[in-house]
Amino acid sequence: MLAQQLINGVLLGSTYALFALGFTLMFGVLKVVNLTYGFYFSAGAFFALHMTKQWGWPIWAALPAAALASGVVAVVLDWLLLTRLRRINAPELASLMVTLGAVLALYAGMTTWLGPDIRRLPAGVLGGEALVLGDLRITEAQILILLATVILVGGLLALMRLTPIGLALRAMAEKPDAAGLMGIDTAKLAALVSLVCGGLAGAGGVLIGLNFNAIQPYMGEAMMLRGFVVIIIGGLGDVKGALIAGLLLGVVETLTAGYIDSGLKEAVAFVMLVAVLWTRPAGLFGRAHIQRA
Amino acid sequence: MMPVWLDDFLWTYQNVVYALGINGLLALSMYVVLAVGQLSLGQAAFMGMGAYASALLTLKLHLPFAVVLPAATIPPVLFALAIGTPTLRLSGVYLAIATIGLGEVLRAVYLNVDALGGALGISGIPERAGMVSIYGLLIAALAILWLVARSGIGRAMEAMREDEIAAAVMGVNVQRYRLGALLASAVLAGAAGALSAHVSSFIGPNEYGFEPAVTILSYALLGGISSPFAPVAGAWILTLLPEALRGFADLRLVFNGLIIVVVVLFLPNGLLPLRMRRWVK
Repeated sequence: MLAQQLINGVLLGSTYALFALGFTLMFGVLKVVNLTYGFYFSAGAFFALHMTKQWGWPIWAALPAAALASGVVAVVLDWLLLTRLRRINAPELASLMVTLGAVLALYAGMTTWLGPDIRRLPAGVLGGEALVLGDLRITEAQILILLATVILVGGLLALMRLTPIGLALRAMAEKPDAAGLMGIDTAKLAALVSLVCGGLAGAGGVLIGLNFNAIQPYMGEAMMLRGFVVIIIGGLGDVKGALIAGLLLGVVETLTAGYIDSGLKEAVAFVMLVAVLWTRPAGLFGRAHIQRA
Repeated sequence: MMPVWLDDFLWTYQNVVYALGINGLLALSMYVVLAVGQLSLGQAAFMGMGAYASALLTLKLHLPFAVVLPAATIPPVLFALAIGTPTLRLSGVYLAIATIGLGEVLRAVYLNVDALGGALGISGIPERAGMVSIYGLLIAALAILWLVARSGIGRAMEAMREDEIAAAVMGVNVQRYRLGALLASAVLAGAAGALSAHVSSFIGPNEYGFEPAVTILSYALLGGISSPFAPVAGAWILTLLPEALRGFADLRLVFNGLIIVVVVLFLPNGLLPLRMRRWVK
């Protein structure tokens, strides 16, 4: 029982980590708390729904395609909403407010257009069978989640650490102005970051859609709370912290739901958030960043 | 005695008139936080706490409304303390991030706790609030905030909004002002919640989530924060618009969201003169 709960928790947590990774990367490189991020999550799930239902695509094709499509949505929205604020060097609250307004408009527009009902992926998109190891059951959806998370996170870390693009990204995260002066095309890189992050969010949406088999416009909003908790616990902009915190949140949530009360699941995330803010505001692994005049 | 036409008018449009007053209070609760250069997205959650607390106090303890109204502001104030104390020491995004999920978390709590009515909410709340209490409170809040804005406190708030480090160097206790503003905002939102619960007879778990939180921000941003009257005007415009244009009601939320985008992006000196000054230098 406990082992099963732990596995479910780790798998749930790996989607949280995947989701929060893009969010924290966006903050780290672009210095923006971009609240439209949750929308890419919903968008990814709906793209996959359309591809599998209307076009009859198998899930292994729909997952990357939906992620890519969400990435493109992210690039367009970032360009529409944030280029102007980046140019005038607006404070971070301005971009937070703009993306907040935009995401409400997007969710509400999507709900008016598609309806608020919960939709399901077509039956048979994944085989119902599960891998049984002794007492443990691992469903096909969960295996897909694990594979996708490992591939995406590994790919992202390789991109960041091993390629010239990653070097440029890290330079931009450190000091955007200096990076620009060194000949890095920061506008192009910003678009690339949006594409990658939107893709991560979209993939997260498809995977959560598979895991719970429930897709509706506001699903990204519930996920955003998890995203915030993960990046605050892991430290804003900290990729490694986001991974660990994501797994941690998934496990704690699953254990709470399993052993205490499933209704408290949402509250767990929030209590963790407030507790970390009180005790370690720079995140569990972060060092305090002191602002001096 | 009221003239007959006024009586008729109030009877027909009673809900709208109440909503104008309550949304005005909510806009003020957002104004107080924006006025110190912070962004709280917990206004709807504070309102919900006030509504639930007041409903329970009235229905279970049968307290008079004069006691219920101030008591209903205690839970939001406690939550504001718990969230504000750690986050207000940090940069501006932390308060926003910590409060943005609060409404959704409480929704889950309201839904799952039987004493709070679960999915059915709480109904049968007696109609204790009315024109006098709603508009009395709104006018009192406007008067106090107007006087504060003109006083030394108001100048300190404006200074820290423009440049918090410079303000701190000049001896403004930034931390204390921010927390004070957040607590005042929790009181206003909690009172607005108690008033709304006692004019609508029903409160439900889904009324205080993400959408109303952003809507309250759109009130304050549309009006701007040049004076306390501006956000109230913003609230009234955005409350009356869906009433005036019926077909508009479906797209109300889309519009509220776009208002925020357009105001922040394109009207830096128009509707928001004070807040935006330093962005365009």
